[in-house]
Amino acid sequence: MNPPASTPALKEWPLWEVFVRSKQGLEHKHCGSLHASDAQHALQMARDVYTRRQEGVSIWVLPSNAITASEPDSKDSFFDPAADKIYRHPTFYEIPEKVGHM
Amino acid sequence: MYTQSFSVADGEAKSGLKAVAAPASAEDAALQTHFDAVIDADGKIEPRDWMPDGYRKTLVRQISQHAHSEIVGMLPEGNWISRAPSLKRKAILIAKVQDEGGHGLYLYSAAETLGTSRDQMLDGLHSGKAKYSSIFNYPTLNWADVGVIGWLVDGAAIMNQIPLCRCSYGPYARAMIRVCKEESFHQRQGYEALLVMMQGTAEQKAMVQDAVNRYWWKCLAMFGPPDADSPNSVQGMRWGIKRISNDDLRQKFVDATVPQAEVLGVTLPDPDLKWNEARSHWDYGQIDWDEFWAVVNGNGPCNKERLTTRVKAHEQGAWVREAAMAHAAKQQARNLKEAA
Repeated sequence: MNPPASTPALKEWPLWEVFVRSKQGLEHKHCGSLHASDAQHALQMARDVYTRRQEGVSIWVLPSNAITASEPDSKDSFFDPAADKIYRHPTFYEIPEKVGHM
Repeated sequence: MYTQSFSVADGEAKSGLKAVAAPASAEDAALQTHFDAVIDADGKIEPRDWMPDGYRKTLVRQISQHAHSEIVGMLPEGNWISRAPSLKRKAILIAKVQDEGGHGLYLYSAAETLGTSRDQMLDGLHSGKAKYSSIFNYPTLNWADVGVIGWLVDGAAIMNQIPLCRCSYGPYARAMIRVCKEESFHQRQGYEALLVMMQGTAEQKAMVQDAVNRYWWKCLAMFGPPDADSPNSVQGMRWGIKRISNDDLRQKFVDATVPQAEVLGVTLPDPDLKWNEARSHWDYGQIDWDEFWAVVNGNGPCNKERLTTRVKAHEQGAWVREAAMAHAAKQQARNLKEAA
């Protein structure tokens, strides 16, 4: 399936990732992506697409190609060093029961 | 919002979907084993994870067909925006049609994470290669059709979509959660519009019954062919893309709808519709699958009209898309100059 000659892929509006803060005090959360010609346009589109029912009080958009992500293939080697450091968790330490909640 | 339980091949895709090909190398076999283990554990697959080709192809086909259905589905209802009987109904209908556009976008975005571009998908729709829900190839003849689309078509779609929220592919499942949250409004506004009409004149009541008569069987067909004739369903179930079989979903829909029809005061046009005490379900009559396939294959009353309208809108919007890009490029050049 090739795109028709009249709409080469280069003419596609670039892809943006959308992050929405649902209310003051909470973090912005990734909620999806959309195509838009520039950042202002992406903001307007994000408002129309992702906040039609007051789902947000603040929106971030950023170009999808600006994201650097860890490799899924290196899941094990990348995250593994944390697995054998169980002393980083509070449950590693035994405290006498009479001490109560700590 | 509307999916049809598509185990339906797109125009040229038939040969491409030979389920899982034999793994080529030891490395592929290991990846396949890992993938199978994730699926067996009811885990999620994310865009950059390894996945079998067949899984990717099935998802691209199903999600893009689903997205196309949302977009084409805007047309029959959009026809009634200018003729809605009151300002209230007009505002509701505009909001609903806007939602459908949004649902299309969530789904296109989910499909794009699988490496298919938006342009490729639109080309598939516009060239007639890709399918969309056959229900939109029927005309909306009177105002009650708009209510019936909300009540029955969206009602059937919800039955299909709720299990998709648990689909094994993360982006599709997340899109469906968003869609389902918005969907309940669609069904309720349709049912309520019909309730109002049923309190009206004899002609208005007759319009509702007429719309129900025309849409009922087509809604049952939306769940897709019977399980026995859906060979792709088994693979979809194995992959955690499909969770409940076509026939089971159809039965759930019938069981849920019969009491709603009673409250509304309409008759569902099926003489075989009977409560089956032994099964604790409603029995229903034979669906005309020949008609279903004729419409899926392009020969419904509105296939050509829908596609023509869609292509025309896309072509006539080309200058807007190009102008927006030209504007963005100009702004960027200006900003660079000012910074220099």
